Amino acid sequence: MINSRTIKVDYLARVEGEGALYVHIKDGQVADVKLKIFEPPRFFEAFLRGRGFAEVPDITARICGICPIAYQMSAVHALEDAFGVKVDGQLRALRRLVYCGEWVASHSLHILMLHAPDFLGYEDAIRMAKDHPEVVQRGLRLKKTGNEIMSLIGGREVHPINVRVGGFYKVPAKNQFVEIRERIKRARDEALENLRWVSTLPFPEFEQDYEFVALRHPEEYPFNEGRLVSNKGLDISARAFDENFAEEHVSHSNALHCVLKGRGAYLVGPAARYSINFDKLSPLAQEAAREAGLSEVCRNPFQSIIVRSVEVLYAFDEALRIINNYEPPEQPAVKIEPKAATGYACTEAPRGTLYHCYRVDERGLIIDARIIPPTSQNQKTIENDLWQLVPQQIDLPETELTWRCEQAVRNYDPCISCATHFLRLDIERD
Amino acid sequence: MLPSPKKEKTLIIGIGNDYRSDDAVGLTIARRLRRRLKATAKVIEQSGEGASLIEAWRGAVSVVVIDAVMSGAAPGTIHCFEAHSQKLPKIFFHCSTHAFSLAEAIELTRALGELPPRLVVYGIEAKNLAAGVGLSAEVEEAACQLEERMLAEM
Repeated sequence: MINSRTIKVDYLARVEGEGALYVHIKDGQVADVKLKIFEPPRFFEAFLRGRGFAEVPDITARICGICPIAYQMSAVHALEDAFGVKVDGQLRALRRLVYCGEWVASHSLHILMLHAPDFLGYEDAIRMAKDHPEVVQRGLRLKKTGNEIMSLIGGREVHPINVRVGGFYKVPAKNQFVEIRERIKRARDEALENLRWVSTLPFPEFEQDYEFVALRHPEEYPFNEGRLVSNKGLDISARAFDENFAEEHVSHSNALHCVLKGRGAYLVGPAARYSINFDKLSPLAQEAAREAGLSEVCRNPFQSIIVRSVEVLYAFDEALRIINNYEPPEQPAVKIEPKAATGYACTEAPRGTLYHCYRVDERGLIIDARIIPPTSQNQKTIENDLWQLVPQQIDLPETELTWRCEQAVRNYDPCISCATHFLRLDIERD
Repeated sequence: MLPSPKKEKTLIIGIGNDYRSDDAVGLTIARRLRRRLKATAKVIEQSGEGASLIEAWRGAVSVVVIDAVMSGAAPGTIHCFEAHSQKLPKIFFHCSTHAFSLAEAIELTRALGELPPRLVVYGIEAKNLAAGVGLSAEVEEAACQLEERMLAEM
């Protein structure tokens, strides 16, 4: 008897943007997995052509309402690479600080509002809030503090406007940090409580031998700088990205699959960052991670929720360190002299490495822009996880199997509004 | 008469993305109202991400939210819902590029027992949400109508 079934989720809830998942099971074996992403024309890349370089941070910030800072940071670093400018000292520190705010805001949203309900059997955060109001309120407070950091440095939390090539339009005075420092201290305590709570969730036994890819810096946990390295021998600068990675067209998805040339799928994001850079976390974050049951490498994608919680704690700890050492820089920005050149940068967005490349003419106008968001880099790895996960769980009833598949997609916090628009999920059994 | 206390100013929240065509309508109306309602309302702009909305209306007494929707009605149709007394209809769910959006934010605030006493949502039926700038003619007309209606109400 041929026993065939399909798991179809037409609308994948609780992922940023819309997409669909299709899993085909034939005779008890997985026959096909497709994460379908429907990408709009690469509007922003086209929209940037002919614009002045100074407009790029504000335009790219609009690509994603969740991670505008990541887009700004990759944009300014790529353009500074083109113009041969290095931003250092307190300006560099402020860029780390604003990124801390975004990691906190983005991760807290995903941990509490999107992913935790999966582990506890709630359809969504609204139902979870009825039973666990204190957990949800704590998550909202964490996120709010992250947003406050973004607002203070970025000018406003939604589509921040204070970031420019060379630095900032305005830098904060020292006394502007007095109040927020106290709130960050309290938030750091709450981040620790949140991490402890997250570590008590039930995790499926599921480990994969990933190729982790993330920035690595000799002195610090990575935000804006470092070499792009992997646990399997990759070690390159952002300038060599195109020589080492390729974007492949796949027929079922409009988003391009990004792969390591000759090696295939790889993983970017919190688990990759953590596994490559555990030794660069602050002592507090390292100790809390161990206490939460993580080892120095995280190969279980379901535990990415714990890693995000460790990064929230780290981001508050790092924000406090930066604020404690802050002295206002003399100038809010380094002077920029545009020239004809090509610039490249990778920075660590909450969801993983975000690559930008710009070709600029002698007047500083954009000739070409290329943007590869973390979600398109993880797309093939998400499908690979499902190829491995579904056979393990194949005897589950339809609704539970579908639930598990959706949870597995959400392990990646896929931001389809960055890579794409409109996602949906199908599991088919013959 | 004494001016009403600051916290009782109506909070107007315009939601949208300037680079998604008609999705910008909430922001457009908010910007116009900001100029014309300085004394009686506080006007803010949001991307539509739900957790930020919850923080935005926390503690407010009277809130008006303006967003674009796609329900299949004629473009430019103005939908109005009193969210403080009724669950938001389905058209407000799944019509955002955010996973946790306006409808989820309202229902989560309701679950936590913290909904503002008055929370009115205006949804303007969009014609086009593709990447791009500028409102369609139908949505622009609806924006003008809603702007005048809100000025009259306030």
